[in-house]
Amino acid sequence: MQSLTAAAAAIELRGIDKSFGAVHAVRGVSLAIPRGSITGIVGENGAGKSTLMSILYGLYRADAGQILIDDRPVDMASPRDAIAHGIGMVHQHFMLVDTFTVLENLMLGAEGGPLLAGGFAAARAELARLGREYGLSVDPDARVADLSVGEQQRVEILKVLFRGARMLILDEPSAVLTPQETDRLFEILKSLRARGVTVVLITHKLREIMAVADRVIVMRQGAVVAERLTVETSTGELAELMVGRKIRLDLDKAPAERGQTMLAARGLSLVDRRGVRLLDGIDLELRAGEIVGIAGVSGNGQTELLQVLSGIRPPTAGQVEVCGRVIDPARPIDPAEMRALGLAHVPEDRLRQGLVAAFEASETSILGYQDQPPYCRNHLLDAPAVGRHCADLMQRFDVRPQTPGLRSSHFSGGNQQKLILAREMSRIPKVLLVGQPTRGVDIGAIEFIHRELVKSRDAGCAILVVSVELEEILSLADRILVMSGGRIIGEVAADQADERALGRMMADA
Amino acid sequence: MEETLTFITLTLAATLRVATPLVLCAMGGLFSEKSGIIDVGLEGKMLMAAFFAAATASLTGSAWAGVVAAIVAAEALALLHGFACITHRGNQVVSGIALNILAAGLTVVLGTAWFARGGQTPPLGDGERLKPIFFPVAGDNVLVYVALLSVPFTWWLIARTRFGLRLRAVGEMPLAVDAAGVSVAWLRYRAVLLCGLFSGLAGAYLSIAQNAGFSRDMTAGQGFIALAAIIFGKWRPFPAFGACLVFGLLDAVAIRLQGVKVPGVGEVPVQLIQALPYLLTLFLLAGFIGNAVAPKAAGVPYEKEH
Ligand SMILES: Nc1ncnc2c1ncn2[C@@H]1O[C@H](COP(=O)(O)OP(=O)(O)OP(=O)(O)O)[C@@H](O)[C@H]1O
Ligand SMILES: [Mg+2]
Repeated sequence: MQSLTAAAAAIELRGIDKSFGAVHAVRGVSLAIPRGSITGIVGENGAGKSTLMSILYGLYRADAGQILIDDRPVDMASPRDAIAHGIGMVHQHFMLVDTFTVLENLMLGAEGGPLLAGGFAAARAELARLGREYGLSVDPDARVADLSVGEQQRVEILKVLFRGARMLILDEPSAVLTPQETDRLFEILKSLRARGVTVVLITHKLREIMAVADRVIVMRQGAVVAERLTVETSTGELAELMVGRKIRLDLDKAPAERGQTMLAARGLSLVDRRGVRLLDGIDLELRAGEIVGIAGVSGNGQTELLQVLSGIRPPTAGQVEVCGRVIDPARPIDPAEMRALGLAHVPEDRLRQGLVAAFEASETSILGYQDQPPYCRNHLLDAPAVGRHCADLMQRFDVRPQTPGLRSSHFSGGNQQKLILAREMSRIPKVLLVGQPTRGVDIGAIEFIHRELVKSRDAGCAILVVSVELEEILSLADRILVMSGGRIIGEVAADQADERALGRMMADA
Repeated sequence: MEETLTFITLTLAATLRVATPLVLCAMGGLFSEKSGIIDVGLEGKMLMAAFFAAATASLTGSAWAGVVAAIVAAEALALLHGFACITHRGNQVVSGIALNILAAGLTVVLGTAWFARGGQTPPLGDGERLKPIFFPVAGDNVLVYVALLSVPFTWWLIARTRFGLRLRAVGEMPLAVDAAGVSVAWLRYRAVLLCGLFSGLAGAYLSIAQNAGFSRDMTAGQGFIALAAIIFGKWRPFPAFGACLVFGLLDAVAIRLQGVKVPGVGEVPVQLIQALPYLLTLFLLAGFIGNAVAPKAAGVPYEKEH
C-alpha cells in the first residue's frame, strides 16, 4: 500500500459516512487521491460511488467524516465551497442549461462582474485558450440543445476548467458516448493530467480504467474494499473485487432455435416534421427464439426504430407486422395495444420513458400493466398485491435496496434498469425490444441481465437488442444488423463477426 | 379630418393610460416567471397595493406616501408567496390563488373598518394624487413614464447583467445554478421581490393616478391580463409590452365605441365590447402560442436533497 499513497494527496477523505433513511450508502470511507493522477473508482450499482463524489462536491452532506484538500481540513457545505477549493465535477446527468449558448453556460456562476459585456469577451478568449491547450474545441455561440452528447460533455469539462479547477471528478462520463467520443475524452484527460490536474473517474467499464487510469479504487456496498495500481491488476481481478465472486462475461449459449416470425418490418420509413428522414426503408425480421442485435454509432436511427416498433410513433411509410397485427401509417397502434399483443419494450432512456421518477418502485414495477389483474381490481389498484409483485421482482432480479416503497429516482441508475427489465421480462412477452440493456450497469449485473435475456430467448421469446456496446452485441446476438443513417447497411451472423469488422462497417457507412 | 386626428390621438392616449398598469404588472411578473416562480397572484398584489396607496394617501395627504405604502403592501404579499413557494416548496398556483382571495377579502374588510364606505376609500383630492406632468388631457403622470422605462430596464437587466443570466438559468435548470455554486433560493427571492415592486407601482397607479380612490375589486382581472401578455410575449419584455398595448388599445376602443352605431350592425352591445380583451386572450392562448417557450422549470419547486 505504501507506494499508493507516497505522492502528496490532493484529496483525502477520512471516515466518510452517509445514510439515506434506512439505506447506508457510504460506510466509513477513507481514501487519498494523489495530485496529478487519474484515479478510477469502480463498484457495483448502488455501491455508493456517486454519493461519495456528491459529498466531496458539497451536493450532499456527510453524516460523519472529514474532507482534506491539499492536507487541510475543509467544510464542503455547498458546491460553492468545492469550486472555491478547486474541485470541479462533470455529473452523470449533465448540468447544462439547454437554451443557453456554450458561452453562457460557461459563464454561469463565474461571470466576472455584474455586467455581462466584459465577461463575455474574457470568456471567449479563455475558451479559445482552453480549446488550444487541451484540444477541446466547441463553437462558443452554439446552443447547447443543438450539440451532440459528446460535445455537451466537452462543455461540462470546459466549464470546470474555466473556473480554474485543479481537481476534476467525472461520474460515468463514457456511458453516453460513442467509442470515438470516448477515445477523444481519454486524450483530453491525459492532457489534463500532464498539466497537473487531478482526475477522478467513475466508470463501469473496466477496460477504460485499465486504459486511462493510474490507480483504481474498488467500492462494494458503500465501503472501499481495495486499491490497486492499474499496472499491477487486471480486469478480471477488478471484476472479482467488485462483485466478490468470479465473473464470466462470455456467455456460452446454445445455437438459436429459430421459430416462426413474430415481428416483421417492411420498407419502414420515418420522416419528422422538419422533413428529416430518420428511418429509410428498413426491412427486418425477428423470429421466436433468436436474439437480433442492432449495432451502430448512436444517433443513426436506432432510437426511432425502437419507437416505431414499440408503437410510440407511427411510421411515415411501410409497415410492421407484430404477432399477426399489421401496423402502417393508415393503421397506427398505441403502446398499450402493442403490449396486449405480447410485445414488451425496455426503452433506451429509462429516466424519461422507462419510469416516473417520483413514483415508488412498486408503482414503477407495474407501469404499463396497471390496469391488469392482479394489480387492478374493479378499477382500483390493489396496493398489497402491487407491493408483493415488486418485492418478488426485486428478489428475482437482485434490485437493491429491496424496498418497494422507495422513490424510483432514489435508486442508482443500474438498479433502475434492473427494475424496468424485471417488469418487462416478467410478463413473458412474445417479442422483447431492449434499448441499451446495460447502459450504466455494473459488471455483475451485466452478466445477470445477459443470462436472463438468453434464458428468455431459449424459452421462445423473439428479442431485439439495440446497443452501442459492440462487445455486448457480439456476445448476445445470434444475428447482427448494422445501422447507419436510418438504414440497415449490413447483416452478419454473430459467429462470423468480430469487433473490428463491425467497427469498420459502422465507420465506413 | 381634424376630427379623425383628435379621435386617434385621444384613443392612443387612452391606450397608454389603460396599458400602464398592465405593463408594470407584466414586467414584474416576467421577473418572477423567468426565475421559475409562476405568479397568478399578480392580481392580488395589485389590488392590495391599490388599496394601501389610496388609504395612505387619504390619511397622510401625500401621494408619495401612498406609492411607498403600495410597494410595501405588494412586497409583503410577494414575500408570502416566496415563503410558501421557495422556502416551503408549496404549489405556486395554489399560493397565488390564495393571495388573490386574501387580497380581495382583506381590502374590503379593512376598507369598511377604516372608512365605513362599503369598501371604498374617501375620494382623493388633487394634492393626494399623482398628476399629469406635461399633457393634462393625456394623463401622463410619472408612473406612465416609469412603465415605459420599465420595459428597456427589464430587458437590460435580463439580457445584459449577471443577475439576468442567473435568473434565466434558474428558471430553466435550477440544478445547473446550484451546481455552479449559486443559491437558487436567493435568486428566486430577488425575482419575487422585483415582482412585488412593479405590481405595487401598478396598484398605486390604479387608485391614486388613474382614479381618485380605491373601490372594491378595482383591478378587475388586469393582473390576469398582464399574465396573458407575458405569455403572448413569450416571456420577453418587448413583445410582452406590445401585448399590453394591444390589450390597452382594445379597451380604449371599447370605451370609444360605446353607444356608437356601426353601419349595418347597429349599436354594438357594451358587454360584447368589454369582453373583447378576454375573448382575444382565449383565442390567442388557444391557437397562436407555440409551445416550449416557457421557462422549463416554471412551477417546479427546487428540491435539494440532503
Ligand atoms: N437521494 C437518495 N435517497 C435515498 N437513497 C439514495 C439516494 N441517493 C442514493 N441512494 C441510495 O444510495 C445507494 C448508493 O447510490 P449511488 O447512486 O451512490 O450508487 P452508485 O455507486 O453511483 O451506483 P451506479 O453505478 O448505479 O450509479 C443506493 O442504494 C441508492 O439507492
Ligand atoms: Mg452513480
